[in-house]
Amino acid sequence: MGFLDIDNATKSYGAVEVLHKVDIAVEEGEFLVLVGPSGCGKSTLLNMIAGLEDITSGEIRIKDQVMNGVHPSKRNIAMVFQSYALYPNMTVGQNITFGLEMHGVAKPERDKAMADVAKLLQIEQLLDRKPGQLSGGQRQRVAMGRALVRNPDVFLFDEPLSNLDAKLRVDMRTEIKKLHQNLGTTIVYVTHDQIEALTLSTRIAVMNGGYVQQLGTPKDIYDTPANLFVATFMGSPSMNLLPVKMGTDGNRLYAETTSDSGAPVRLAVHSPSDALMGYNGQTVTMGVRPEALTDVDGADQRSTHVERFSNTVMVTEPAGSDTFVTTNIGGVECIARMRADTDAAPGQTSEFAVNMEKAIFFDPKTEDRII
Amino acid sequence: MSIASQDTGIRTGRVARTFIYLVLILFALFYMLPLYVMLVNSVKPLSEITGGGMMALPQVWTLEPWAKAWSTAQIGVEPTGLRPYFWNSISMVVPAVALSTILGALNGYVLTKWRFKGDTILFGLMLFACFIPFQIVLIPMAAVLGTLGLAGTTAGLVLVHLVYGIGFSTLYFRNYYAVFPTELVRAAQIDGAGFFRIFWRILLPSSGPISVVCIIWQFTNIWNDFLFGASFASGGGAPMTVALNNLVQSSTGVKEYNVHFAGAILAALPTLLVYIVAGRYFVRGLMAGSVKG
Repeated sequence: MGFLDIDNATKSYGAVEVLHKVDIAVEEGEFLVLVGPSGCGKSTLLNMIAGLEDITSGEIRIKDQVMNGVHPSKRNIAMVFQSYALYPNMTVGQNITFGLEMHGVAKPERDKAMADVAKLLQIEQLLDRKPGQLSGGQRQRVAMGRALVRNPDVFLFDEPLSNLDAKLRVDMRTEIKKLHQNLGTTIVYVTHDQIEALTLSTRIAVMNGGYVQQLGTPKDIYDTPANLFVATFMGSPSMNLLPVKMGTDGNRLYAETTSDSGAPVRLAVHSPSDALMGYNGQTVTMGVRPEALTDVDGADQRSTHVERFSNTVMVTEPAGSDTFVTTNIGGVECIARMRADTDAAPGQTSEFAVNMEKAIFFDPKTEDRII
Repeated sequence: MSIASQDTGIRTGRVARTFIYLVLILFALFYMLPLYVMLVNSVKPLSEITGGGMMALPQVWTLEPWAKAWSTAQIGVEPTGLRPYFWNSISMVVPAVALSTILGALNGYVLTKWRFKGDTILFGLMLFACFIPFQIVLIPMAAVLGTLGLAGTTAGLVLVHLVYGIGFSTLYFRNYYAVFPTELVRAAQIDGAGFFRIFWRILLPSSGPISVVCIIWQFTNIWNDFLFGASFASGGGAPMTVALNNLVQSSTGVKEYNVHFAGAILAALPTLLVYIVAGRYFVRGLMAGSVKG
């Protein structure tokens, strides 16, 4: 029993089912991020929690109270919208207290609550302005203030940062994280931005096609994605996926691919599972994140198992803190993350290091990770 | 650079420009001629008009025709002037405009923010009201008004104009609210506002420009309507337009052109006023910057 229980919730429009038996239990104080590409059903799920969309089957419970059919205003939730949805005709102060007014809270209490929230978010000097006179970041704060003032059980955020410019987005991200740490509120947050998901959440639900593909901590999701979709969706640049042939050398399992000169490259698998041993002789997909494919000096010093091979550098992309190097392994363009001052240059051969501790394998047919 | 880029007009020489302005002024004068004739002739004694000086300025200035048109002129059989009919029109136009605007706003709100199955079909049907010629409904409308016991009353006229007006006002408000962010309505729902509270506190305060458009349109149409007024209100209950017609068309006695001119201006005055007063609030962009960052 969680604080917010999504219990086999389904959503259909007519005969079309857009959400399939979603089952998530959110603990009190958790920061759950729903992430996925557009049309994956994440916003629909959020709207179902908010009560803005009906639940076709299954249940949503908040504090063990069944919320199916309960009016949004009676669920003790607050929502921050993508567009902020500030009432244009009201001042910031009126925007913040509108919900309290509708719930019949007396004026002195409203004013006190408003003052507290304004102080917390540092928007005291804005209270008499209209939303039209505010900048994007200020509107964002007001929208959060409007949610906070209600002191709700669950906060719902619907892509709240996507209308901000890049720098402000990073700032507000930190702000939201701080707020969550200070207040310890339960938050469900929808985004299509995987970086936001990884940085903010205590747990992530990666969604695609109306299914929850994987539910887990950011580390789980990033290091051990359940399938190819999660592996490629999370992380930027995305995970390199190489078709490799499994083989054994004595009792060591290795994955074989080819360098761009056609020479075979054998990468010994780090502590292979029994399931993976079963793929001996077959072709599987090996996933290596760019930061596990590096120059030799840049390889993780704490890793106990690094394999090396030489290959030609195709493109280098200096990104300031790192240099991303494109190289062709086994007929697939891979991105390696090298040190910023690497001497790799296009057209030249360079030595690459693979941190095999971080390599993961997928069944090419089912696209699921081989555990 | 900035100066050069601001000048987007077509470059014309001084001569061409003078010519353009000359033509424009001539046309403006031409279009204002009727107003000039009406104004000038409404402030001169009848003898000066019948003497053939229609275009001339008055030799003797007088407000007598205005006073007569307003309070003593013969309308039909009573020498009441236009005054009682003016109030008839006001008591018809004010509730008809107010009700049709409010109902149109409510319809627009429901059709865009509380969608239901078949709402577009319903809207399409309502739009028909904009296309039905007045003449077609005269007889059925008379029957309905008779059944309701409203025949020949101002209330009956209000009903007729209300029914006809809803089509247009719904069209205006539906299109305006269609681009009104639905997230605002959702936010208000979560905040605990109900159907009417959302309408009253969130949508209506943002509906300034479209309300002005709707009011101007409805006011002009209803005030200027002659057909319904002549058909459904008779005698003392007739609106201004019908009374003006009765004043001008009287077949007995001398044609008092100066009084007729004054009466016609009186009849046109309220719509003019609405344009002048409301036009100032006819400002776009009251909603600008309220939502996206």
